[in-house]
Amino acid sequence: MFLKFLKLEWKAFTRSSSMGQEIAVKILLGFLGLYMLASCLVLGFALFHILSENVADRSPIHAVNSALLIWVVMELFMRFFLQTLPTLNIKPLMVQPVKRNTVIHYVLVKSIFSFYNLLGLLVFIPFAFNCVKNGLLSPLQAVAWLSAVIGLLISINFSNFLVKKKFADNIQQFIPYLLVALVLAVLEYLGLFSITRWAGRAIDQILIYPALALIPLLLGAALYIWNYITLRDKFYLDASLKSKVTEAKALNLSWLDRFGPLAPFIKLDIKLLWRNKRPKSTLYLAVMMLAYGLIFYTNDTYDAMPAWKIFLGIFMTGIFMINFGQFIPAWDSTYYPLMMAQNIPLKEYLRSKAALMYLSVFILFLGTLPYAYFGIEIVFAHLAAAVYNAGINIPVLLFTGSFNKKRIDLEKSVFLNYQGTGAAQWLVALPVMLVPILIWYVVYKISNPATAHLVLAGMGIIGLLFNSPLLDFITRAYQERKYDAIKGFKQQEA
Amino acid sequence: MIEAINLSKQYGEATVLNIQNLVIPKGESFGLVGNNGAGKTTFFSLLLDLIQPTTGHIINQGIQVNASEEWKPLTAAFIDESFLIGYLTPEEYFYFIGDLRGQNKADVDALLDKHREFFNDEILNGKKYLRDLSKGNQKKVGIIATLIGQPEVIILDEPFANLDPTTQIRLKRIIKELADDPNVTILVSSHDLLHTVEVSNRIVALHKGEIVKDIATSEETLKELEAFFAV
Repeated sequence: MFLKFLKLEWKAFTRSSSMGQEIAVKILLGFLGLYMLASCLVLGFALFHILSENVADRSPIHAVNSALLIWVVMELFMRFFLQTLPTLNIKPLMVQPVKRNTVIHYVLVKSIFSFYNLLGLLVFIPFAFNCVKNGLLSPLQAVAWLSAVIGLLISINFSNFLVKKKFADNIQQFIPYLLVALVLAVLEYLGLFSITRWAGRAIDQILIYPALALIPLLLGAALYIWNYITLRDKFYLDASLKSKVTEAKALNLSWLDRFGPLAPFIKLDIKLLWRNKRPKSTLYLAVMMLAYGLIFYTNDTYDAMPAWKIFLGIFMTGIFMINFGQFIPAWDSTYYPLMMAQNIPLKEYLRSKAALMYLSVFILFLGTLPYAYFGIEIVFAHLAAAVYNAGINIPVLLFTGSFNKKRIDLEKSVFLNYQGTGAAQWLVALPVMLVPILIWYVVYKISNPATAHLVLAGMGIIGLLFNSPLLDFITRAYQERKYDAIKGFKQQEA
Repeated sequence: MIEAINLSKQYGEATVLNIQNLVIPKGESFGLVGNNGAGKTTFFSLLLDLIQPTTGHIINQGIQVNASEEWKPLTAAFIDESFLIGYLTPEEYFYFIGDLRGQNKADVDALLDKHREFFNDEILNGKKYLRDLSKGNQKKVGIIATLIGQPEVIILDEPFANLDPTTQIRLKRIIKELADDPNVTILVSSHDLLHTVEVSNRIVALHKGEIVKDIATSEETLKELEAFFAV
């Protein structure tokens, strides 16, 4: 049965009208993946020596143990943003003689064969091997320790599954957990209570009592079962497949009428963002990411690297633009034929999308103003980045959108719907973020930061001045690919 | 007036539509009948510039549809649920379409009031989003939305399917009323011969993409069509 599901997925992939794009994305991600694998492998072999030379007070294995909790948290964080979970269109299967359990086990087991599970193994297996070679661990201890680590990696895998399932839909539920993590991190930072030390000691115990390695393995198994139960309860049309019937709340958006001919579209987009879970989470993400700068601006080591300010400016003022903009016009994919047949000039439609993104850049820029506390020059850097975002990046994102032909199902007919929440989502973000940083850096090197800011902002202003001819050009691109988009958007996600 | 000239649509080897010349004069109530795969929806999709013709073109009110967007203010259509926006309430949807067609809230309200009976109290003020309505009620919303802003051309693909008998009768009344207006050209497709004969004054039958019958409706029309499709 698993084999049949794999065949179905293969057909869904090869017969999708966005296959060309998807292959290109997969190849690019493949290279990035290889690079990450190689890095992990090198780290795995070098780790023992690095630690034995640089850490004097503890043996390498204890040093690793005390850092393991941080690794787990970081990996969970990384996976939350990068790992795409397996999906399966179960609606056609529900009345077929396929056991519910089989489908759920298939989805869960498939996630174990994820690229991300390899990364940790490539670091920890060579490290354990080196520990044995250097007489730090007995083979039995090494096996026990590795089993424990594998148990932890599996736990990460299924925790991520659970987190995405339970929280990705309404990300605000996640805030209490983040607060607990934040409090622990602050306590650790102030030296009041070191959670990593306690975790390290707990793992050290495994070296003394190898049987304890069963605990992380059991944790992994328990998380598997928890996932299983969660998914089993969702295996009904009215649970996950069909969105809940929520009472419609009227939104009074008449204040937006001042946007004139764009007002109906902007109002529509605001309803889209507010009433559908997936676009709504881009809103929450944008607000949460405003705190991203705290990681960097509180840390003095970044003072020597001023390009970070530009990165943060582009990222924090542009996060909504990136997440929303790259899926234009796919947000409207379920009713794209209406948009194309109705009395809507394409240019107005695109202009309204741009207006919404300008608005977001402006609001998010205001949100970053408190960083002035760390130095007024940060505000200038953010301003330059915001202007560049508005003038250059918004047209770039709109233009790349004309190639979109992958449907986004706002109404969630797919079991575990995570379209566009994986690594591919950030791929588009790379040129959008790297190009301005590069330009800024080059100018900064040959002159000074102020000139670099001016150049970046100047480019943005030029982009804004040529806004109308740029939009004409983008409109033609949409016009040309309109039929492909209509056809592609018709295909339901498998 | 709508004119299809040398129009064809091929997918690979298969020709799904091939119309040498078809003229639909202004004010006509035009019925399109045919079996599944006869090319009805393909013709409407071409007329709305949702797909590209392999050869030929369609001229709608003097505008070639795949060359200019100027036909859009004059034309309204409901093809399938992809013409509905699921996360809006029915009222919000009507007002949105009204905004696009230069109708203010009062104009839209007046139209909705006129068709209150058609909605059968199940749609307005229901505090439900369109995605949560039944298929039949969704269809009612889509059909009435095409009437907003007095379009000159109204296109309805399979409007009778999925509707309950009472609503079918009410819909026929609405279409007949539109057909009486000399400024409105209305195009309706169906596989239900009886419905089409009742509401249209001209019927074209498609078979495998070709026009096989083109008749003005009379008392014998239904028999003639039934004889043709009874194979």
